[in-house]
Amino acid sequence: MTELQSIASQVRRDILRMVHGCQSGHPGGSLGCTDLLVALYFQQMKINNRKGKGGYLSFNLDGKGEDLFFLSNGHISPVFYSVLARRGYFDVKELATFRKINTRLQGHPTTHEGLPGIRIASGSLGQGLSVAIGAALAKKLNGEKNIVYCLMGDGEQQEGQVWEAVQFAPNNNVDNLVAFVDVNGQQIDGSTNKVNNNRDLGAKYKAFGWRVVTVDGNNMDELTTLLRKIKRLVGKGQPIAVMMKTEMGQGVDFMMHSHKWHGVAPNDAQLEQALAQLPETLGDY
Amino acid sequence: MKKYTFTEKKDTRSGFGAGMQVLGQTNPNVVAMCADLVGSLKLDAFIKENPERFIQCGISEANMIGMAAGLTIGGKIPFATTFANFGSGRVYDQIRQSVAYSDKNVKIAVSHAGLTLGEDGATHQILEDLAMMRALPGMTVINPCDYNQTKAATIAVAEYEGPVYLRFGRPVIPVFTDADQKFEIGKAWMVNEGTDVSIFATGHLVWEAIQAGEMLEAEGINAEIINIHTIKPLDEKAILKSVKKTGCLVSAEEHQVAGGLGSAIAELLIQGTPYPQEFIAVKDSFGESGTPAQLMEKYGLTANDIVAAAKRAIARKK
Repeated sequence: MTELQSIASQVRRDILRMVHGCQSGHPGGSLGCTDLLVALYFQQMKINNRKGKGGYLSFNLDGKGEDLFFLSNGHISPVFYSVLARRGYFDVKELATFRKINTRLQGHPTTHEGLPGIRIASGSLGQGLSVAIGAALAKKLNGEKNIVYCLMGDGEQQEGQVWEAVQFAPNNNVDNLVAFVDVNGQQIDGSTNKVNNNRDLGAKYKAFGWRVVTVDGNNMDELTTLLRKIKRLVGKGQPIAVMMKTEMGQGVDFMMHSHKWHGVAPNDAQLEQALAQLPETLGDY
Repeated sequence: MKKYTFTEKKDTRSGFGAGMQVLGQTNPNVVAMCADLVGSLKLDAFIKENPERFIQCGISEANMIGMAAGLTIGGKIPFATTFANFGSGRVYDQIRQSVAYSDKNVKIAVSHAGLTLGEDGATHQILEDLAMMRALPGMTVINPCDYNQTKAATIAVAEYEGPVYLRFGRPVIPVFTDADQKFEIGKAWMVNEGTDVSIFATGHLVWEAIQAGEMLEAEGINAEIINIHTIKPLDEKAILKSVKKTGCLVSAEEHQVAGGLGSAIAELLIQGTPYPQEFIAVKDSFGESGTPAQLMEKYGLTANDIVAAAKRAIARKK
């Protein structure tokens, strides 16, 4: 197991335990996108490594001089929170408060409770790409060379606002922007093909003027190779869209190949069965 | 009655444009955004002088609000502009999540609010925006009354840190406030001190209230007129002090009776001593096509209507 794979295994354990702990939340998409968030935060992104109070990473909301990540499909908050905590933004013990009263780890991410690492609220779908474009435009106005990353779901592509943003970015040369679409083919009511077929998403982004690449989002080697390549693709006049094929529930056999675990928490027995498939690598919180 | 005169009539949206021109010259972080209505929002001067700080969004208001939220993360002060209808109801969820709940320093600056948009009719005549915006935690809601006040308010909201909904309009109306005024967010402006009835007016209704005050004076009624340019946060102290003195009130706004300025005042007063209150507002109805003057008359938003409402309020005091 590589270092990134080892972190990903622990993050998947965190996700399952968080969702189990409050008996709510969205494990499926979180498990599917774990590899991407780990690769971004532990290798790809340039972030401020200065430590502040309590030995945690000091977090500046304005992100000057840093690469930025925006989670548009906010319901996969468990993976976001785990990765932020494991990266050092706050105590991993706080993961136990997920979705509980008075927590900073709200059901969907928010800046409102002051959790380090979060720059925008998300949850109501379709808004994150617009925010990421705005942040990318600000970087350009400020003369910063950093990259802005955004992750969306494939079901989310059914929101109209996504396509307002998709049309705007290439027309305005927002080429410091990388948008990932988590193509897991599932949404709450079933497969995306059945609920409201997105058809060929890559072709659509291409037609709007994006540079489109594809990747297996659950293959860490392929993912990190692509991310290295992306650093050379930015700044060339086009925004970059990554059609990232993932498996909802990746890493837990009985959660895969179905939309069933989009927003359902495992019971005690299911948790035990799931954790048995994921080595504890960094110590559970 | 204090005398108010004017030498010219101008639209409040031009006051916004003038304020933006000043901000373009004085505040390098100010960014103007527009959804295909540059001429209507009077942004030409800002764009000419600061082309790199103007973002043409096209007819994509939801994306504009989201991008505005993103721009604040890099320290920018975005003014997202369009018609009031498209900058409030159409994008309510975007404002709610990406701006208000996210505590973003976005200025939503919107023109053509209310009936006085005129001939375009009800599809464009938003009369519910104050209610929607007022309901959002942390949102500041401002509806200035003339060209000069709108210009001053535009400059003031750039200096204020936090989300703002700044609402203005299309018709030309008298310019009667000071050209060099300092705009204080949340501080009511005493237009005329009086003793018999308080008239709390916002936006285009302030000039109507002044005319109403003169008509009432001719009948021996001494009206106190206060301009509530900031609907949220409401200047509670000024309102309470006034009604305690006069014992009754009229609220006047170019908005639905539900949820606007009158509602805000009623919510305040009912928690203490309630006073007879009459509402000058649109009474649960959509607008329609017509000239601004015809519409204001048909929907009961003129000085004459305020006079009648003031008399009703006074009669209810006994």
